[in-house]
Amino acid sequence: MDLTPHLPVLQVVVPLLSSPLLLLLRPRGLAWAGAAAVALLSFAIALNMALAVAAGIQFSYAVGGWEPPYGIALSVDAFSALILLIVTGAGAIAILAGKPSVDREIDAERQPLFYSAWILAMAGLTGIALSADAFNIFVFMEISSLASYVLIAGGPDRRALPAVFKYLIMGTIGATFYLIGVGLVYMMTGTLNLADMEARIGGVTDINPLLVAAGFITIGLALKAAVFPLHVWLPNAYTHAPHMITVFLAACATKVAIYVLLRFDFFVFQANLDRHDVQFSLFLMPLALLGILVASAVAMFEGHIKRLLAMSSVAQIGYIMLGASFITEAGLTASALHMFNHALAKGGLFLAIAGLACHYGDLRLARLAGAARSMPWTAAALVVCGFSLVGIPGTAGFVSKWLLLDAALDEGRFAAVLVGVILVSSLMALAYVWRIVETLYFKPAAQDVATPTGEAPLPLLLAAWLAAIANIGFGLFPQFPLELCSAAAELLLGHTL
Amino acid sequence: MSADLAILLAICVPLATAVGIQLAGRISDNLREAVTLAGAATLAWVVWGMLPALFAGERPALTLGELLPGIAIAFEVEPLGMLFAALASGLWIINSIYSIGYMRGNREKKQTRFYTCFALALAATMGIAFAGNLLTLFLCYELLTLSTYPLVSHKGDEATVRSARVYLGILLCTSIGLFLPAIIWTYHVAGTGDFIAGGILAGKIAGADVGLLLALFVFGVGKAAVMPVHRWLPAAMVAPTPVSALLHAVAVVKAGVFSITKIIVYVFGVDFLFATPSSGWLVYAAAFTIIAASLIALRQTNLKRLLAYSTVAQLSYVVMAAAVLKPLAEIGAAIHMVAHAFGKITLFFAAGAIYTAAHKTELNQLYGIGRRMPWTMAAFTIGALSMIGVPPTGGFVSKWYILAGAFQAENLLAIFTIIGSTVLNAAYFLPIIFMAWFADERPGGPEHGEAPPLVVLALVLTALLTLGFFFFNGPVIALEQQLVGGMAQ
Repeated sequence: MDLTPHLPVLQVVVPLLSSPLLLLLRPRGLAWAGAAAVALLSFAIALNMALAVAAGIQFSYAVGGWEPPYGIALSVDAFSALILLIVTGAGAIAILAGKPSVDREIDAERQPLFYSAWILAMAGLTGIALSADAFNIFVFMEISSLASYVLIAGGPDRRALPAVFKYLIMGTIGATFYLIGVGLVYMMTGTLNLADMEARIGGVTDINPLLVAAGFITIGLALKAAVFPLHVWLPNAYTHAPHMITVFLAACATKVAIYVLLRFDFFVFQANLDRHDVQFSLFLMPLALLGILVASAVAMFEGHIKRLLAMSSVAQIGYIMLGASFITEAGLTASALHMFNHALAKGGLFLAIAGLACHYGDLRLARLAGAARSMPWTAAALVVCGFSLVGIPGTAGFVSKWLLLDAALDEGRFAAVLVGVILVSSLMALAYVWRIVETLYFKPAAQDVATPTGEAPLPLLLAAWLAAIANIGFGLFPQFPLELCSAAAELLLGHTL
Repeated sequence: MSADLAILLAICVPLATAVGIQLAGRISDNLREAVTLAGAATLAWVVWGMLPALFAGERPALTLGELLPGIAIAFEVEPLGMLFAALASGLWIINSIYSIGYMRGNREKKQTRFYTCFALALAATMGIAFAGNLLTLFLCYELLTLSTYPLVSHKGDEATVRSARVYLGILLCTSIGLFLPAIIWTYHVAGTGDFIAGGILAGKIAGADVGLLLALFVFGVGKAAVMPVHRWLPAAMVAPTPVSALLHAVAVVKAGVFSITKIIVYVFGVDFLFATPSSGWLVYAAAFTIIAASLIALRQTNLKRLLAYSTVAQLSYVVMAAAVLKPLAEIGAAIHMVAHAFGKITLFFAAGAIYTAAHKTELNQLYGIGRRMPWTMAAFTIGALSMIGVPPTGGFVSKWYILAGAFQAENLLAIFTIIGSTVLNAAYFLPIIFMAWFADERPGGPEHGEAPPLVVLALVLTALLTLGFFFFNGPVIALEQQLVGGMAQ
């Protein structure tokens, strides 16, 4: 039997169904093995679909044979294939390599619960990327969010509890806003299927409810995506979460929200609402620019390595939004590629930090001084991924920054400002990455910190280096992700006239 | 051996040498040094082997792959790059001999890392020399910055790390903040960044934008040390002297002026720039740097810092020569790279030799040192005379060409700058020569003799090259004539 046409549904069903089964795997280590197997399988499915999409195949799947707009519809195009690749790739690496770190942070008897929630979060995120239906997106969003709250709060750090409470409140507001918006659109069009919405929305005569809906949806998703200044939940949530959860969420969680935002805006509204582009040029672009500058500046003076990188994530989300707000093919390509490259860089950085955390209880920069002397390989992987974050040529980050600058030059009279902001923030990124490098390599170790006994645990080290090599590899040979991204950009723009 | 393969080898040989040094460093020091010397010799053999093809007018090329659609990582050998590569690879052999003497003489730590990074820096230098387009140039340019950072911060104490931060900060900030947007702008308007004879920008960009783009390039290439982005060069003097000698008198700084010359010749096109008034500021900027850096050099009391500021001034000679935009001046720019390289590496070798033998670093410690270290100071004298441009040294030849080019362009500013700076060069070098040979030694100094034999051997060799370049410069000039083949007289 050829499974290829069923891949979309398998992508979400496999983790969704195996999540409760993981609860049953009580004996030590089994839950991890099960979760790793599921994550790897998901990654294999996503990779298969990405390759197929790159070869020109589009998947659309009607669950149970019920045709859309009535049944549950799943679809995979270049954009969703890219997101699925990021989500499952980050999940697979983090689960596989993260065992030593998770073993340190989560009690053995709670591990089945932990892995079950993790796989559930992954199922939710893949579900969002697959759904062709606005309401199912909401359902999967809630699944992934609830599971993420559990995961973030699941570590030994009790400061995670207030952080996750903030995230819970803001995440719920975001999801509610999204739901209100979807409700309004449903009221006016009578459908929840995105493609159907797009077809019917043009016929709506009373445009005001739609404008309100667009506002609610954009704000709600911007909250979920931590677009500046709606990012306040993010730094603490990333800082105090278990280290491997930070790896996973930093690589993919906010990007999935951006994915929904772009998809909704470009597929449903952009073509059909007159002057909808103002939302991008007058609202999202200034926010993106501000976010890039402010978050980078904060990161430069941040003392805790995880919060520093979390702030940097807020700035990177700004880059992604900036590229999208040009509403050009070049801009969207850069934006999509930056999602992929940032996942590589930030994932790798947090993997290396999880490695450091195995020897350092306190991850404030001052306490990590001189770590490179006893953990040279871990520190080197961190440096390579850091270079990618800055956009040093030869790394993946350089490629997306190049594309972003190239796209910005098309923006007429604002071009100089845009280019200036991108470059200044790159230099700020250089400053904060260099602070980490100097601390790790040159500062004398703090007096009362025990010198680490060796490198990070082998699986973490290997994973961090895999990410580092991927950063260089995709920096020199970016063809495959680039192909997906330009196809995605074409797809998004195909819906604007 | 085909020339295309030679390009690949020129980049891979230093890389392989770096790996070999790492492996050999675990076995024995002698083996490690043997690997370094063998690598340097192999590289010189590969690079110099390409010369006949170049003289025959060929342009070997190699494309490694496409980074973005239409933007490849590609290499192409042309006369200017050939000259730079031949220079750097040839001097690497001599510098390796010197390094061995210096590093052992001073019992430096972490020598394996030192030699490894040195080899990596050479690989990046070869990449810069042979780069076929702006993207490849930028890639190798940044690699050179990063690979030299561990060399500059070699000592590892707090003051060194602070200086190294200035070094890295200025070079990376200018390259990311100015050079990169200039490159992307070029690709954006011209649709390509390939180095093509006659330039790619003519007709694509006009008016004040030309001057602005040129400014982004000139100040973005911080390695050329045009003021005000010169501060990294004195900061880099905290590195061990072999690094200052090969990298901060030859490879790194020449990579800067080489890039600017190459961009002027192959991206803008000399004739296009000459016809565009907004590009005229570059001569003024370079002239200012020459005079200002010479004045600062006058006031230095530390030998290496004096040499650093002298380098800043001499680099702007190349930039100014390129900016005069006349054929003879472009040839002058190319051969000044060679002449200055021979002279300045000799001067740095001498400074390092004095440090190794006597641990002297300040000018006022040099009274009468010529009698204790005759070989070293003789070489120093030759190098200094070359900086001033006195025959029979290499510096005279290049100054002659630059002056001839300035007359061709009837550029009075350039002419008077050269005359003025010659006076200043004499004013800061001649007192040192005088005090070393003719003044009496201050009592109470340490007893010392000549530097280690390997060190002396190296500096005598480069001093001979400085002299030799006065007499045997025909092939270099013949090669660079190709550079200006189709140019308006």
